[in-house]
Amino acid sequence: MADEATVLSIVGQSLPKVDAAAKVTGQTLFADDLVLPRMLYARLLRSPHPHARIRSIDVSRAAAHPGVVATLVGSELPIPFGILPVSQDEHALAVDKVRFVGDPVAAVAALDEETAEAALALVAVDYEVLPPLMSIDEALRRPDARIHDYGPRGNVHKEVSFDFGDVAAGFAEADHVREDTFFFEGNTHLPMEQHAALAALGPDGKLTLWSSTQTPHYVHRALAKVLEMPPAHIRVIACPNGGGFGGKSDPFSHEIVAARLSQKTGRPVKITLSREEVFYCHRGRHPVSMWIKTGLKKDGTITAMHFRSVLDGGAYGSYGVASLYYTGALQTVTYRIPRYKFEGARIFTNKPPCGPKRGHGTPQPRYALECHIDKFCHDLGLDPAEWRLRNTLAPGAVTANQMKVRTIGLRECLERVVERSGFAARRGRLGPGRGLGLAASAYISGAGLPIYWNAMPHSGVQIKVDRGGGVAVFCGSTDIGQGSDSVLAYVVAEELGIRPEDIRVVTADTDLTPVDLGSYSSRVTLMTGNAAIQAARRVREQIFAAAAKKLEVPAARLRAASRRVFDVADPSRALAFAEAVVLAESEFGTLGAVGSYKPPRSIAKWKGAGVGPSPTYSYSASVVELSADRETGLVRIDKVWIAHDVGKAINPLLVIGQVEGSVYMALGEVLMEEQSFRKGRHKIPSMLEYKSPTTLEMPPVDSILVETLDPEGPYGAKECGQGPLLPVIPAVANALFDALGVRIDEIPITPEKVLAALEGRLRGPRMPELTYPETVVVPPLEPTAPAAAPQESRR
Amino acid sequence: MEKATVRLRVNGERREVLAPVHHTLLEVLREELGLPGTKHGCELGECGTCTVLVDGRPILSCLALPVECEGREITTVEGLADGAVLHPLQQAFAELGSAQCGYCIPGFLLSAAALLRERPRPTRQEIAEATAGNLCRCTGYLKIFEAIELAAERMAEAAAPRG
Repeated sequence: MADEATVLSIVGQSLPKVDAAAKVTGQTLFADDLVLPRMLYARLLRSPHPHARIRSIDVSRAAAHPGVVATLVGSELPIPFGILPVSQDEHALAVDKVRFVGDPVAAVAALDEETAEAALALVAVDYEVLPPLMSIDEALRRPDARIHDYGPRGNVHKEVSFDFGDVAAGFAEADHVREDTFFFEGNTHLPMEQHAALAALGPDGKLTLWSSTQTPHYVHRALAKVLEMPPAHIRVIACPNGGGFGGKSDPFSHEIVAARLSQKTGRPVKITLSREEVFYCHRGRHPVSMWIKTGLKKDGTITAMHFRSVLDGGAYGSYGVASLYYTGALQTVTYRIPRYKFEGARIFTNKPPCGPKRGHGTPQPRYALECHIDKFCHDLGLDPAEWRLRNTLAPGAVTANQMKVRTIGLRECLERVVERSGFAARRGRLGPGRGLGLAASAYISGAGLPIYWNAMPHSGVQIKVDRGGGVAVFCGSTDIGQGSDSVLAYVVAEELGIRPEDIRVVTADTDLTPVDLGSYSSRVTLMTGNAAIQAARRVREQIFAAAAKKLEVPAARLRAASRRVFDVADPSRALAFAEAVVLAESEFGTLGAVGSYKPPRSIAKWKGAGVGPSPTYSYSASVVELSADRETGLVRIDKVWIAHDVGKAINPLLVIGQVEGSVYMALGEVLMEEQSFRKGRHKIPSMLEYKSPTTLEMPPVDSILVETLDPEGPYGAKECGQGPLLPVIPAVANALFDALGVRIDEIPITPEKVLAALEGRLRGPRMPELTYPETVVVPPLEPTAPAAAPQESRR
Repeated sequence: MEKATVRLRVNGERREVLAPVHHTLLEVLREELGLPGTKHGCELGECGTCTVLVDGRPILSCLALPVECEGREITTVEGLADGAVLHPLQQAFAELGSAQCGYCIPGFLLSAAALLRERPRPTRQEIAEATAGNLCRCTGYLKIFEAIELAAERMAEAAAPRG
């Protein structure tokens, strides 16, 4: 396929999304826009206590309230669930305990929402209040007051320790050793759409759930488990998500409760969460305390690195075990780190559960690492851009923790942002209160393993070709705004030589579409793209076989483009696509094909290596320019340069959209967004008080796309939805040091902290007191000596 | 639940519905009038998602009572296009990928429409100020700014006398 790139006609074009017109006319139907005849409205009663035992629940007064049709309590849904098989620790409604303010306790379905809400006040719950454990320190101090009765000890949910190579020997070889401690406060996704679910029990006893979920397949599995129904009798349809960012990736209480209430009443039941409830669903960025120690040679060569992370998990498992591993996994895939030690733990606390937010478990350690790099460069008198350029991994490298790097555009990303921003000449010379900072990063293009162990494909695509020349594409993938429906249309249009508008895309419906695991881990373009290519090429083979006969040319000489099938040697020998379809259907019968994709087997051989391997990694680098006010502590971002190795931009317009959105979200995290709690309660569960950037805070962004044409990606494509968030946060912190000469090793960098740092009264973060488990020594797979010089990446 | 008759003029059509007296304009539009294009993000006046135009001026429909709007012209996203022909703002938002998840977009379109009526060729700063009350979590706002600028340019060209 050497010349493939030169003949692409759809891929690589900046086309509008296939659903753009629906979105700008308000015709896209989100979950709460759905209304069914006889529909009831339900509301959830949530715990007012951060930690309490439920002595009794009495719903009789609520049930008797006029307009109430049904009530529901935890004992009616006793089977636990959770996104990860290893943490099935949630109940749709609390059974015996509540673990955070907002934990669902009971539900009421009524003729209208106001009546359901009013009836919640009539539910009598008798609580025995338990000690609220609102921080890692408190949770560790009270191992007797266990939030859950599983985990290695006390309130430790999960703990890990690995030595990849002879780390002690690495530190012994070092000329310089530096240690730093960082803290990254938790923050939340804040999707504009509040979660909603509508369940309808059909007359056949089968259940349909429409939901704003990023993972209909996993919701399907959780419903089957908790409702004890055959999966074949449950249909889950993911509506277009009004923003996800990871916040709609878990199976949620309201989905299961709506389903059970529909079974109970025989009527459709809808639950739409209030904005306050969205804050309680959370599953957002974990607060993480981090300690990092690096051994270096005088020239900056790393001899060993030791990284510790302690995560405040909140009240439930969610994706937390994966989040913990992610905080240690990807430090190694950017620069040469020959020996690496990772220790970490996730602690349960009585706060809304944390989970995956854009970058899942990696923005925190990436922030720590990239600031730490600038600090040791400062120690050794090295230029931070030069150090990064000199230490990037080579293509094909295998890291100390056995991650396999395929293509790597990191060097080019660094070169481009350094050049475009004038970093070398301007850093340190912008004048008082102004600064430039640089950082780089990597992210997975899809998780190498599914969430539950199985040997099946991660993504499936089915194609139906109509004799009129139309094509329908079916796939379980879920469009959360990133444009995954459009990617399917572009890929199939490219392969069949038709236009995206000739294609009907049907997605995210467990009855109609082959499984795709969901919109998480930046997996969709790569995995559905590859599955769609396979399906399209299979059906194209039949179309070409029939066309070859008619045109009397070998099938190998045929190409499909511009709604035609033609002979490449003599393009005048051609058939309209629809004509070729009729010939093929006449010869082979009804036309259709399936395709699927499963990531390559990981080379990593240690227990826990399920997190980190990916078909390929994306790379990003960013330079941030900012102004900081010494009087007020206010930081203004003046400009962001960002380069992203996207492998191949299937649609540059949409890729830039993901890059800009990532920059925006990173700026919110680094400057203002944080979860905060007071007396056991979320202090700011509203959009006014939870600060997020408005139009007035958004700086200009210079986005640069770097293409490395990865052999594992469709047309060479890698992810772009999460990776570009990563370098921006540390680039801001590094720029602030350039501007003011102070280091704030804590996110968010608020004006209060800037002033405290300037006045020398900022207390740096410290690590929780914790003993880590006995380390597992993982010997290197193969020598991790520096490989040959990096290959030239292609633009 | 106490209900009252509400008489509204929405997108050029006279509508008369019986609605609970406490229902906000947002609820009446979405639930009683079957116009779900107007979205909700907080129902507390914090996010701008439910923006509609009343007599051409943007308001937050979650904070407005229908009785305040009687006898006035209400425009929602459903009323922006001219039949099947998209408004230049809608066209530009679609072309430039300004709608990612699209949930906040009806609100942005209406804030932008109000701005362009007052300031046909706004500066980037004026656009940012006019839309500062609309939150978007997907785009980083830049593609929205660009689309408003593109629409303004096209509308100005269309309005210019031909020479």
